[in-house]
Amino acid sequence: MAQETRNAYGEKLAELIVKDEKIVVLDADLTKSTKTADAKKACPERHFNAGIAEANMMGMAAGLAASGKTVFASSFAVFAAGRAFEIIRNSICYPKLNVKICATHAGLSVGEDGASHQSIEDVGIMRTLPNMKVFVPCDQYETKALIEYVSKLNGPCYVRLGRGKVEDVYTADTKFDFSKVDILRKGKDIVLFAMGLMVQEALKAAEELDATVVNVSSLKPVDEEGIVELLKSHKKAYALEEHNIYGGLYSAIAEIKAKTDIGTPIYPIGVNDTFGESGKAKDVLHKYGLTAENVVKVVKG
Amino acid sequence: MDNNELSKHALSVRRNIVKMVYDAQSGHPGGSLGCADILTYLYFEEMNINKENLSSTNRDRFVLSKGHCSPALYAVLKERDLLDEDLESFRQINSKLQGHPNMNYVAGVDMSTGSLGQGVSAAVGMALANKLDKNDNRVYALLGDGESEEGIVWEALMAAAHYKLDNLVVIFDVNGLQIDGNVEDVIGPLPLNKKAEAFNCNVVTCDGHNFDEIADAFKKARECKGAPTVIVAQTVKGKGVSFMENNYGWHGKAPNEEEFKIAMSDLKEAL
Repeated sequence: MAQETRNAYGEKLAELIVKDEKIVVLDADLTKSTKTADAKKACPERHFNAGIAEANMMGMAAGLAASGKTVFASSFAVFAAGRAFEIIRNSICYPKLNVKICATHAGLSVGEDGASHQSIEDVGIMRTLPNMKVFVPCDQYETKALIEYVSKLNGPCYVRLGRGKVEDVYTADTKFDFSKVDILRKGKDIVLFAMGLMVQEALKAAEELDATVVNVSSLKPVDEEGIVELLKSHKKAYALEEHNIYGGLYSAIAEIKAKTDIGTPIYPIGVNDTFGESGKAKDVLHKYGLTAENVVKVVKG
Repeated sequence: MDNNELSKHALSVRRNIVKMVYDAQSGHPGGSLGCADILTYLYFEEMNINKENLSSTNRDRFVLSKGHCSPALYAVLKERDLLDEDLESFRQINSKLQGHPNMNYVAGVDMSTGSLGQGVSAAVGMALANKLDKNDNRVYALLGDGESEEGIVWEALMAAAHYKLDNLVVIFDVNGLQIDGNVEDVIGPLPLNKKAEAFNCNVVTCDGHNFDEIADAFKKARECKGAPTVIVAQTVKGKGVSFMENNYGWHGKAPNEEEFKIAMSDLKEAL
């Protein structure tokens, strides 16, 4: 099966908003795209549209959270993490308020809308904020479990979601432990760390490479111990991300490695510090090297 | 409380503002002195806040969106006997009295502020939460006329009017000055009353140093149903200290020893 992570978010949030009276949902005129429309349908009295005003939406989220609410605030990643950044910093993260920023349409897989809408820096900028936790689920089941998980955490969280359908990696029965990286496949010599839709690409590439595949869905806090062990037990490591090679998964792993004397080199396979462009999602991902095919090519040198 | 008593409290607040900024040799005396009367009225007459409900959100709340005027907030909390911290620790290392207010350090600080404009948005969220919780608590936010140049202020007022937040009072503290000079010379945000009206708010004007007018403005805010109230309060930056009044040079500057003595003398004579 294949499903959009944003769809899974919408379905889960619609379920949670009914169960938990503390939940309030905010959106910025994108309810049908971010899928918070599902929660609005389930509980219209606790869903508010802030209009096309992401900065104020984050400020309102802070005020609601300061009144004891668990706030889910959604927009496209470019606007949620980018435009509203300083409000998230000063009004949400500094006072450590209970706001879950669930940003959809992240990465190049936005496709046709082009570079203005393709967030490639959101994980990096969110990861630098004290008190912020940052997550990137890879499929519908992980998304649903993650949304439930963050709804129970107290404090700011950023969840990165995608626009397009992604193949299932997990099943409805999978038990998730978000404090650990998840080893999906054991291989030899090579380890592929991946986040988001690159997890599926890593799994495909690993067949040909006999590589270990690791889903890193919690970018902050990140499972340092687990990553150190994997670096130790492999000869080469790669970080696969639909994100700029600066600030995201590659940076997170390189930061951990730099504190150790492990010799395993780590290479990035991500967006090479460039903006994306319009095109069908699969064509954009292909052009920018975010495919299993390119992973195999890079690893084989 | 009669106006004389309010004046005495406001004077004490002003004396503490000057002392705090002088002790720290850092801070924002001009705007703090300018909003001292409004804050005194809010904390002594308008808001249902006391020692018992201080740590709860189930009470009236105040957001100092112009967070740099923290000396006024700390001084009024002290005057109202709601603050344990020593005012002399203001802006010092390990102090709870941060340069700009932190809600997690001080029970009487209802929102962490400092980045201009954001407090209005937070106040809108709080007022919305009160509506959801079906309580009668009110939310007050104070911001500067210079601060109104931030776009988020107008996004917030648009939302407040759309959601009919008649439990919200946004007070524009109009002293006509900002860091680089007269607000009208810098970028020209006025008239605020017409702008707020156009944003579908209930607009009331008052002299921000006249307790009768301040009282009347808050009364009119309470009487308004179905819309947030914007109070446009005319104030004097540096009010009470002769050489600071209407002088933008005192926005964010501490007095030296000689200036401190003159300031305290001005504030003694005012009584």
